[in-house]
Amino acid sequence: MQLLTRSIPLLITGIAGLVMILSAFFPYTSDWGKIAGNFFNIIAAFAFVLGGGNLLKIHLKKVSDQSEGWGYSGVILVCFIATLVVGLGKLGVYPNPEFPDVRLSGETQSSGGFWWAYEYVFKPLTATMFSMLAFYVASAAFRAFRAKNFEAILLLGTAFIILLGRTFAGFLLTDWIPLDGLFGGLRMEELSVYVMNVFNTAGNRAIMIGISLGIASTSLKILLGIDRSFLGSGD
Amino acid sequence: MINLLANLDRRWIFLAMALCVSVPILVIGLTGRTLPETPTPLARAFFNEVDIAGQSKGRRGHVLLAFDYDPASAGELSPMAISLVHQCAERGVRMYFMSLWPVGPQMIDGAITKVIERYYPDLEYGEDYVNLGFKAGNEQVIKVMGVDLTTEFRTDVRGTPLSEIPMMDGITTLEDFDLIAEISAGYPGTKEWVLYAASQFDIPLVSGMTGVQAPLMYPYYPGQLKGLLGAIKGAAEYEAVVNQWILEERIRAILVSGGFDQAEADAAAPGLATAPAQISTWTEGAQAASLDPKARSELIELAAEPIPGEFLEGQRRMGPQLFAHLLMVVLIILGNLVFFAQRRKGGHS
Repeated sequence: MQLLTRSIPLLITGIAGLVMILSAFFPYTSDWGKIAGNFFNIIAAFAFVLGGGNLLKIHLKKVSDQSEGWGYSGVILVCFIATLVVGLGKLGVYPNPEFPDVRLSGETQSSGGFWWAYEYVFKPLTATMFSMLAFYVASAAFRAFRAKNFEAILLLGTAFIILLGRTFAGFLLTDWIPLDGLFGGLRMEELSVYVMNVFNTAGNRAIMIGISLGIASTSLKILLGIDRSFLGSGD
Repeated sequence: MINLLANLDRRWIFLAMALCVSVPILVIGLTGRTLPETPTPLARAFFNEVDIAGQSKGRRGHVLLAFDYDPASAGELSPMAISLVHQCAERGVRMYFMSLWPVGPQMIDGAITKVIERYYPDLEYGEDYVNLGFKAGNEQVIKVMGVDLTTEFRTDVRGTPLSEIPMMDGITTLEDFDLIAEISAGYPGTKEWVLYAASQFDIPLVSGMTGVQAPLMYPYYPGQLKGLLGAIKGAAEYEAVVNQWILEERIRAILVSGGFDQAEADAAAPGLATAPAQISTWTEGAQAASLDPKARSELIELAAEPIPGEFLEGQRRMGPQLFAHLLMVVLIILGNLVFFAQRRKGGHS
């Protein structure tokens, strides 16, 4: 059992990782990387099926146990199955003009139930969810953005520069400063670009280098079989 | 007053935000006026990279357009995607659309319908643009495309084998593209294209992205990212550059057809494109004396011609953004007034 649950997965991980590293640095091995990549893409496509199965399992259990919020799970299940049936069955889709007798030859992107669900359900719902952020951010700005200490004051100052500099208000407020003059850099739109280009870039680069070193070290541990947490056995 | 603010029901804030967004939308919708945009070097760099795609090879540019976003971020990203396709179509580069997001193909379809089918009906599918559709696998798709694109995409989105698509002739890896233009809402997106395409294969990459992503991508500019558009502001700037360039090109063509030599047209066109309202006066002046009367009336018509709404979406959305940002600033100030007043009293904020 150890062979199937530990040794083989470790071997696959080690070989796949090694191949990917080699293919990145040695052009002669780039084809190996392509093969490994193809395997990955096939597995990624299967992940959609696994994801669907997992969703069904979790929500069917919630409905069956009638645990708190099971009604929402029911809605998810109905929507999921309906979308699946409409999409896979290509319900309402016009056949491809080249094959008018083959009902399933049409594409779901421009006609049929799947397109309708996307256009009139999915699209407005996701856009609404994203739009609602504006209201919550405004409320949070009023209640939580306080100049409590020096760091918070710096953050507030930067927020003002970016909020105003990224709109016409910044231009209007500092339009009186000549752009080519000594103080041209103090114009709000110039300041916002400066903050993004210098302070933001410097901070982010430092964080990115740190993260990259961490990823390299963790990856090496996984490839060498030192870190086995991804096997899910608690090792 | 302070007590009133301290106990302010958040629904008033929601109402204020709703008004700050909806009133400018209504006003802009009724008047058609937009706020002026001054493009930053980042937007200009984005434009220039698309403009020069393929020039060094002396042929039409081959631009890979990766639309990695969904309807949730379409409000922020669609205007820049539309402008990108607008520039590519006007420039005459070959467009290869693809997506690493499952709903990306719908975003691609939207851009094709709004720009190519409506305003460039002469462009032919398979000759001038092709839609490769969605491919699962995130960054691995990019890695494999770097070695062999045809392994990853065997057919286009309509099911036509790539070997039967004329514009795919000679396109086998990512290195056959002159430019990758990415519109990104997250993972997989700009970062993955930087890591697995721009860095490894030294292909010019430009990207438009959401406001949340932009600060994280600035470190890659101008090394791995040759141009960067951040959020609706970036979209509005780029849109302004593209619209002005197209107007300038059209003015130049009319001037040349009306009897100006190329140098004269080159000198006059940029100024006229910057201030189209002055064109009518200009045609009556001494500078336009040698211009053919037909060309003069064409210029006046062109100046009066409104820019289609699709190509002003970014600039229109800057109106609601302006008032929403101002509201945020006011709310932060008011919130801090309450905080300091309560602290002076010895209470809690």
